[in-house]
Amino acid sequence: MVIVNEKICDLCGTCVAVCPVDCIELTEFDLIINDEICIRCNICIKMCPFAALTSKTSEV
Amino acid sequence: MKKHYNIAIVGGGPAGTTAARFATSQGASVVVLERDREIGVPVRCAEGISKEGLTKYVDINPNWIAGTITDFGFISPSGKMVVFHSPTIGYILHRRLFDHALAEIAADMGAEIYTKAYVHGLRRDGSKTTLYLRHIGTETEVEADIVIAADGIESRIAHLAGFNTKLSPKDVEPCAQMQLANIDVNPNRGDFYLSNNWAPGGYVWAFPKGENTANVGLGISGKYAGNKSALEYLKDFVAEKFPKASILTTTAGGVPVAKALDKLVGDGLMVIGDAAHQVNPLTGGGISTAMAAGKMAGSVAASAVKDKDISAKRLSEYQKQWDKTIGKDIKRLYRLKEWAINLTDTDYEDIARSLDGLTPEQVTLVKIFKQAVKKKPSLVIDVLKVFAGF
Ligand SMILES: Cc1cc2nc3c(=O)[nH]c(=O)nc-3n(C[C@H](O)[C@H](O)[C@H](O)COP(=O)(O)OP(=O)(O)OC[C@H]3O[C@@H](n4cnc5c(N)ncnc54)[C@H](O)[C@@H]3O)c2cc1C
Repeated sequence: MVIVNEKICDLCGTCVAVCPVDCIELTEFDLIINDEICIRCNICIKMCPFAALTSKTSEV
Repeated sequence: MKKHYNIAIVGGGPAGTTAARFATSQGASVVVLERDREIGVPVRCAEGISKEGLTKYVDINPNWIAGTITDFGFISPSGKMVVFHSPTIGYILHRRLFDHALAEIAADMGAEIYTKAYVHGLRRDGSKTTLYLRHIGTETEVEADIVIAADGIESRIAHLAGFNTKLSPKDVEPCAQMQLANIDVNPNRGDFYLSNNWAPGGYVWAFPKGENTANVGLGISGKYAGNKSALEYLKDFVAEKFPKASILTTTAGGVPVAKALDKLVGDGLMVIGDAAHQVNPLTGGGISTAMAAGKMAGSVAASAVKDKDISAKRLSEYQKQWDKTIGKDIKRLYRLKEWAINLTDTDYEDIARSLDGLTPEQVTLVKIFKQAVKKKPSLVIDVLKVFAGF
């Protein structure tokens, strides 16, 4: 899944614009990634101007 | 906030507030819903605009002009500078104050503007559209005859409204910018640094904001994004060129450098500004085009409401106006951008060398670009059409 580092994220919305499945939402105060919709294409990770997004394989 | 408006606009940037101004001036009831706590903040912008691109849409107020630009400098990878004396004046804005001013003008005419008003849903139903929003923490709804999506590059609401706003990575420039203080800059010259080591597929700008301070930022082509972030590129550039600078702001942003959308209207729906990719794809400039689209869409929306015909057919008057004016230029500029993102550092050096010895008055954008497209002559017409006069 894609994880947001809130200490780095500048809430600019570039990731929202490029997400092909609309699973990212930028509210008044945070960035929310809906992991159930996410297709793990990692485009958001590549495009983040501040490298605030990383992917993490979930530990079961 | 009322329950119903003729026109509800999502987003309080230059596109949204300009649409609000022109719609209210024709008698429509208008609401602007802005997510952030303050109009115009944070500033994710280099703040440059041409005099013409500004004064067509708003009277200049010295309060929000930070400086005047008469020259441009292009710096090659090896540091060679070509100076170009611009025949048209440019301005560096204080975007925070500028965006406020645009909102105030709209408000003075009767538009209602709300901040901390985050729109998260939209439902189109018969002859009206309902927007679902959270306003300072309280869930509420607003109904409108026409919704104008002016929600910037994210364009989530535009997408929910059925517009094809999704951007492919190569059509987006991830950007980072710092406002630097205590640096040596020419207050009347905007500089562009061109090298794939500084900003692959994009450029670095240094736009002065007065004597010893400037907006220094860069965009990289999404085509090359992934290994190193825009911020890392910028940190390296600043360390190399402005090692003593103090850093007053650090912001991120994305610029759509795409073709404008094919479809800009639906029944009771319109999309404008960055959300509609209405940006010069070669330079990334989008303030003026956002205001242009706001003016067209706001005027058409108000007269459509008056005539009680909010069909896509009626609203397409806006699209027609757009397509035959700025839309046409953007197509040409897009072809130039598709070519420009592949320029190598050797190409940049060759261009700089070919203009060596010319005075700033002798250098023109047509000369620069004609030289640059030598290897791709099919683009010469595009160059002549978009830069004639420059
Ligand atoms: C780093 C950078 C440098 C730039 N430099 C320049 C330059 O020098 N010159 C130039 O001309 N252009 C420049 N641009 C481009 C310019 O900033 C934009 O084209 C311009 O701001 C577009 O105006 P807009 O109104 O369409 O969108 P925006 O100004 O982005 O406004 C959109 C607004 O919608 C709000 N919003 C989004 N979603 C919602 C929602 N769901 N509910 C409520 N509100 C919402 C946002 O908070 C935002 O305030 C630059 C862009 C960047 C990123």
